[in-house]
Amino acid sequence: MADLEEQELLHLGLEALHEELGGKMVPFAGYRMPVQYPEGVLKEHLHTRAAAGLFDVSHMGQVILRPKGTIDELKLAFEALMPVDVLGLAEGRQRYGLFTNHAGGILDDLMFTNRGDHLYVVVNAACKAADIAHMTAMMPGVAVEPVTDRALLALQGPGAEAALEALVPGVAAMRFMDHRVIGEIWVSRSGYTGEDGFEVSVPEAQAEAFARRLLAQSGVAPIGLGARDSLRLEAGLCLYGHDIDTATSPVEANLTWAIQKSRRAGGAREGGFPGAQRILRELAEGPARLRVGLRPEGRAPMREGVELFAPDGTPVGKVTSGGFGPSVNAPIAMGYVARAHASIGTELMGEVRGKRLPVTVTEMPFQPTTYKL
Amino acid sequence: MKYTKEHEWLRVEGDLVVVGITEHAATQLGDVVFVELPEPETQVAEGDEVCVIESVKAASDILAPVDGEIVAVNQKLVDNPGLVNEDPTGAAWFFKMRVDDLSVLDQFMDEDEYQDLIG
Repeated sequence: MADLEEQELLHLGLEALHEELGGKMVPFAGYRMPVQYPEGVLKEHLHTRAAAGLFDVSHMGQVILRPKGTIDELKLAFEALMPVDVLGLAEGRQRYGLFTNHAGGILDDLMFTNRGDHLYVVVNAACKAADIAHMTAMMPGVAVEPVTDRALLALQGPGAEAALEALVPGVAAMRFMDHRVIGEIWVSRSGYTGEDGFEVSVPEAQAEAFARRLLAQSGVAPIGLGARDSLRLEAGLCLYGHDIDTATSPVEANLTWAIQKSRRAGGAREGGFPGAQRILRELAEGPARLRVGLRPEGRAPMREGVELFAPDGTPVGKVTSGGFGPSVNAPIAMGYVARAHASIGTELMGEVRGKRLPVTVTEMPFQPTTYKL
Repeated sequence: MKYTKEHEWLRVEGDLVVVGITEHAATQLGDVVFVELPEPETQVAEGDEVCVIESVKAASDILAPVDGEIVAVNQKLVDNPGLVNEDPTGAAWFFKMRVDDLSVLDQFMDEDEYQDLIG
């Protein structure tokens, strides 16, 4: 991605605002995006946890799914792509989902919302073209409509509720994973930081003015992708393409909480999704390896790719995301290890610059979440 | 003060060379969260990786600018890596070296030449 020529990059609506704010623009998933502002990643991260951070996530894919038949036919068609209960999701509620492939690997992770007569889906930027093609091919009875005229902003942190309420009255009453259409604004009470907060879809023509009004609220600062990554890592959330991909199953990824009872063995709509054979088997028997939290001893970060070993030197896995957690004030990581070494408290070694350093399997999140449940 | 292409600064202090990273380098690295220093009384050769700096973004090295002996390291950086961002050319020196002949520094850039490099 770093090799992409500047002119090949796609540009988003708020680019001028990012540049005015001093954003350092870098290529990300084919877009020109702010990785940080002059405050820097560390302060932006801490600011989000202390007050409120505004993130431009307009590169993500917003998609509307409309039924050609009944809404229940649409929900069942969407369920056929995921080991997730779509039919049981109430109107005005959002849920985490995962597209799986026939081998039980993960094609993408996503958020979907029941909006009564249709579904609203948000997918990862790097996967959106493939996701749209996949949904279109796999759901002939569904109109797959990419939303290309809206920005997506995330407002996260303890100050998010008051700041957004001042602009969009009513949002304070929402709970975690609620979704509301308020005029032309689509608001979800969710995010990717472990903090209470919102994701707000705004028509592109209004996006810059809306972002400026949010930034004018007390405590709201612009936050780049760098802090977005350290925030989600502290929250124990997966980054697609790193912590989960087509080679990892949802069970290995420790995302079994996302697989509702109705889709499991003995459930009302058991199986019936790509890779069901492997995923149901792993649910029953346990996976060969598991995504775990990792706390390196000392201060040296263990980054993506660091090899993990048992104390006797046996290779047991690899770090998939790692760095320094500014709120935890210590290095943190996540990765996959063989199941025998995956229990909390297991002591392993991670190889950093040729030296094997102690690291302990730890519960996630690393930082307590503050969702308004 | 002299400068290397690797964005280190070199300052002569008595018969020793003090080594740190430039403000430009510190800004590019971002917030430094971890510093690993060499053992004092280590003989090093030009180009040896002698320090590790980890920022919120990535890991990078400081190379020995010349042959010599590490005689002192700045332990403050281990306890407070953020000092590298706060005062890169002052309090955040990394190590002091003894070299055979201080004229070995003549090969490096002066302030103007370094400013041209990063400008």
